[in-house]
Amino acid sequence: MKHTIKELEDIASQIRRDIVRMVHGCQSGHPGASLGCADFFTALYFEVLNHKTDFTMEGAGEDLFFLSNGHISPVWYSTLAHAGYFDKSELATFRKLDSRLQGHPTTHEHLPGIRIASGSLGQGLSVAIGAALAKKLNGDKSHIFALLGDGELQEGQNWEAAMFAPFNKVDHLIASVDYNGQQIDGPTSKVLALDDLQAKFEAFGWHVINTDGNDMQAIVEGLHYAKTLTGKGKPILNLMSTQMGAGVDYMMGTHKWHGTAPNDEQLAAALAQLPETLGDY
Amino acid sequence: MKKYTYTEKKDTRSGFGAGLHEAGKKNENVVALCADLVGSLKMDAFIKDFPERFTQVGIAEANMIGIAAGMTIGGKIPFTGTFANFSTGRVYDQIRQSVAYSNKNVKICASHAGLTLGEDGATHQILEDIGLMKMLPGMVVINPCDYNQTKAATMAIAEYEGPVYLRFGRPVIPVFTDPDQKFEIGKAWMVNEGTDVTIIATGHMVWKAIEAGEKLAELGIDAEIINIHTIKPLDDEAILKSVKKTGCVVTCEEHNKFGGLGESVARLLTTELPTPQEFVATNDTFGESGTPDQLMSKYGLDAVNIVEAVQKVIGRKK
Repeated sequence: MKHTIKELEDIASQIRRDIVRMVHGCQSGHPGASLGCADFFTALYFEVLNHKTDFTMEGAGEDLFFLSNGHISPVWYSTLAHAGYFDKSELATFRKLDSRLQGHPTTHEHLPGIRIASGSLGQGLSVAIGAALAKKLNGDKSHIFALLGDGELQEGQNWEAAMFAPFNKVDHLIASVDYNGQQIDGPTSKVLALDDLQAKFEAFGWHVINTDGNDMQAIVEGLHYAKTLTGKGKPILNLMSTQMGAGVDYMMGTHKWHGTAPNDEQLAAALAQLPETLGDY
Repeated sequence: MKKYTYTEKKDTRSGFGAGLHEAGKKNENVVALCADLVGSLKMDAFIKDFPERFTQVGIAEANMIGIAAGMTIGGKIPFTGTFANFSTGRVYDQIRQSVAYSNKNVKICASHAGLTLGEDGATHQILEDIGLMKMLPGMVVINPCDYNQTKAATMAIAEYEGPVYLRFGRPVIPVFTDPDQKFEIGKAWMVNEGTDVTIIATGHMVWKAIEAGEKLAELGIDAEIINIHTIKPLDDEAILKSVKKTGCVVTCEEHNKFGGLGESVARLLTTELPTPQEFVATNDTFGESGTPDQLMSKYGLDAVNIVEAVQKVIGRKK
């Protein structure tokens, strides 16, 4: 371990503060699933990912991460800033004119850490597979990580990709699903039920593991374990249960904070629950 | 009228296959992907020599575009292959976000474009793809005119950094361009110098423009014929220079007149040099089943239609 669990939890707390402040600052964006994935991003970037903050597009010899559900950009931007990709002061520009921190992540403004645009859903898994195939051709045994939203799995392209990866033994790929059970119009169980995702992915030929995405110890161990499963002929799917809005009590357990910004009062209530550990931007 | 002859007929898609094979030999980063149409795209030679650099994606075009975009991140130069319809309309958003907006070095290679796909009918005969692709910021759009030009274009785009849409077709047509030509993206080819009218043609319509030029010569009309193989970026200079001389223009394409080469030329002329223009193109319609020749005739894409358009546009000159 590079950090103790307490240190990682402190980083996640700061990232959560950043998320609510960023979304409040521009009065738009998606706090719910950003908060829910703060622990995953912390574990990934501060513990699991073999990466350099001196960013190159190719990332030769590095593990690469792809975010398919691009609307949770606040959690990614904050993580990248605290990991050292760019100065955290830039977080204040989120969703504002002339910013590199666009509403959804993009390479267009050359923000270090981003390798593909995402936002229109369902495309990230295919891109991650492509990056994995290129690494294989290059003799680079690094890992490819991807995060997908659960509601996003309603997009058909995911299932094209899900069919492709096991058949082609793309086995250095670890895809996580943010299984929070919520989407814009309500619970996924009501909108278009995902049902037994484990059985579905296993039927396609994936090695599926389950983790608690809001338990730092569990997610760190889960991602390390996922790495040990690579290179064995199967892609890995990490079915990661999270709470939308995790860390801010009034945002938890509902789809209502999927894409809504807090007002001043709500911001204060959120920040009171999230200790400032690394210094606000 | 300069005399053009040919000794053989070949399909442009075979030019693509040959060019892909050559590009693969020259650069080990060239990779190919296909969505279950290897034979139609003439990828066999590439696959035989570079099996590890070929990815069969199956009938999953969206996934193919995404995988291609991802492969560029590892320094690869992916050429995706399927029919033009499935290369564009079916995967527009994947191209828009993962390729164009992300500025990925993907070559979207599209066969069976236009009416000359023939008997399969309108579900497969896309006449809107040039418009779809040229609207994407940063996308290069190329529609070569014969086997040799398609082969040269394929090799050229491998050396160009950035997203490209390469459009070609199914039917065998005359091979009349130089086999050793150097293909320059964005540079028009002067097919025939003339003074009375500028005929601007792309793809399969270039040979038809040459046939039309010969008929026009018999009628005493001296046509300048320009091949625009690169619809975007358009060779503004070559078009303006010619039109300044001739004072009228006919554009020819196997595509809907809405959104095609003709509109690109009209946009240029409207802003720079307002000029009478006629369009030889399909007129806001889908195609249908038939032989390529029958369809080109029925939808007004033959040499005779170019001749008529020329006579009309010359009559509109002030």
